[in-house]
Amino acid sequence: MGPELVFENLTLGYDRHPAIHHLNAVIDAGSLTAIVGPNGAGKSTLLKGIANVLAPYEGKIVVGGEKVHRVAYLPQQSEIDRSFPVAVEDMVAMGLWRRIGAFRSPRSNETKKVTAALAAVGLTGFERRAIGSLSGGQLQRMLFARLLLQDASLVLLDEPFAAIDTKTAADLIRLIKIWHSESRTIVAVLHDFDQVHAHFPQTLLLARELVAFGTPSSTLTESNLARARQLCEAFDDRAEVCRRGEAA
Amino acid sequence: MIYDQLIGPFVEFSFMRRALIGCLALALGATPIGVFLTLRRMSLTGDAMAHAILPGAAVGYLVAGLSLGAMTLGGIVAGLTVAILAGLVARTTIAREDASLAAFYLISLAAGVLIVSMRGSNVDLLHVLFGTVLALNDDAIRLIAGIATVTVVLLTVFYRPLVMECVDPGFLRSVSRLSPVAHYGFLVLAVLNLVGGFHALGTLMAVGIMILPAAAARFWVQNVGGLIIVGSVSAFLCSATGLLLSYHINLPSGPAIILTAGLFYVVSLAIGVYSAPMARLRSTRHLEA
Repeated sequence: MGPELVFENLTLGYDRHPAIHHLNAVIDAGSLTAIVGPNGAGKSTLLKGIANVLAPYEGKIVVGGEKVHRVAYLPQQSEIDRSFPVAVEDMVAMGLWRRIGAFRSPRSNETKKVTAALAAVGLTGFERRAIGSLSGGQLQRMLFARLLLQDASLVLLDEPFAAIDTKTAADLIRLIKIWHSESRTIVAVLHDFDQVHAHFPQTLLLARELVAFGTPSSTLTESNLARARQLCEAFDDRAEVCRRGEAA
Repeated sequence: MIYDQLIGPFVEFSFMRRALIGCLALALGATPIGVFLTLRRMSLTGDAMAHAILPGAAVGYLVAGLSLGAMTLGGIVAGLTVAILAGLVARTTIAREDASLAAFYLISLAAGVLIVSMRGSNVDLLHVLFGTVLALNDDAIRLIAGIATVTVVLLTVFYRPLVMECVDPGFLRSVSRLSPVAHYGFLVLAVLNLVGGFHALGTLMAVGIMILPAAAARFWVQNVGGLIIVGSVSAFLCSATGLLLSYHINLPSGPAIILTAGLFYVVSLAIGVYSAPMARLRSTRHLEA
């Protein structure tokens, strides 16, 4: 399998302050990668960059080489307006957007896919419920059902298990493993090291710069984590202009 | 007897029929826009855009007198300018959209009143502020009906992108390029409908026929399609009632229409299926699961 994601001298940030600073890394196609790091390490920023929500200040992100790739992105704080009166099944059906587009109504085999996706996340019986009536865990299950239908080759998950009980997290991890077995590439931002050790073959430790990248046991060492914490504390309001790009 | 009270005025007087047709068009076009405005918590955006139309219409009036075309064009340009400027300010500065809208609409309102009073009389000012639903000419009715037609067609075609733009704009941006089309297209439709409503009800109350029935519908149905139907039907019935009230007891027609819609809102608030008192009345016993 070739590379799915290549970060070349990548700098991403806000208001000229870098949140990701000169990152170089390669994520293979079909891999299952956890991104870990302290708060403010740039984990969410990196996913935004991959999902093309945020443009790089410098360097670039190459997604999938030559092939046309479908990216599905589940942000940490989605902009979902839960007070808007939409039914769960209608929301999940939007995962078919690339197939049915903005105007066509779903055919019967596509409606069956929606039913199957709801069953896969354990939300059978919730079809006509309004999204506002779901609990936090149920909402996340619904969003995973929508991801299922998006049928993406690259799946980006930003803290998918934050504030979610262990049963729901275990169910959703099972789905992630199915995607992995279908050789989709999955990149997930996580905080729970136990989950990373148990389920993720490789992990990328980030602290604005790349700290370590490899198996969880080789990456999440005491010295690496201490270095990550140190790197994250360096934020200076009056920082000078970075000259690292010019030397290269 | 009932015929004389309810139907007679419309059969007898063409100005009543014209007013009714104008209101029907507004109910079909403006009220569905109001449903989306209320669902997106943009009711005050509608208000701000309505005020913004005033200086545009006033400049049109200054240049060409009480000309439908000039005032319409001026209103559309001014309304769109404020809608887009407020959006830009919210997106590119730290100011929130509601603060920038408030700033822009206060400026617009002051500028509009100033411009009208520079040349016109108080009667003209009242005309612009409160409209003339009982004096709609053929051109004005065609304009309002045309705007309603365009609105119904575009809302039908772009329904799915528009709903997704409201519910989950981030997701829409990730699967489609229609997000800005839905957002700005919707704002354009809102301005068009406010300009249409302005000819009938004036800049101050055009937003009333948009927002009040839509807000009231929220207490009767819980899905977007239902809100549009209940909103439009009640907007039309409130308009007809308001016109009859203004005919029989000699009230100014614009305020009569808006107050009828306001009364329907208050009644819905009190006894609507999903209102707080009704929810309490329905049952205090909880369910098994």
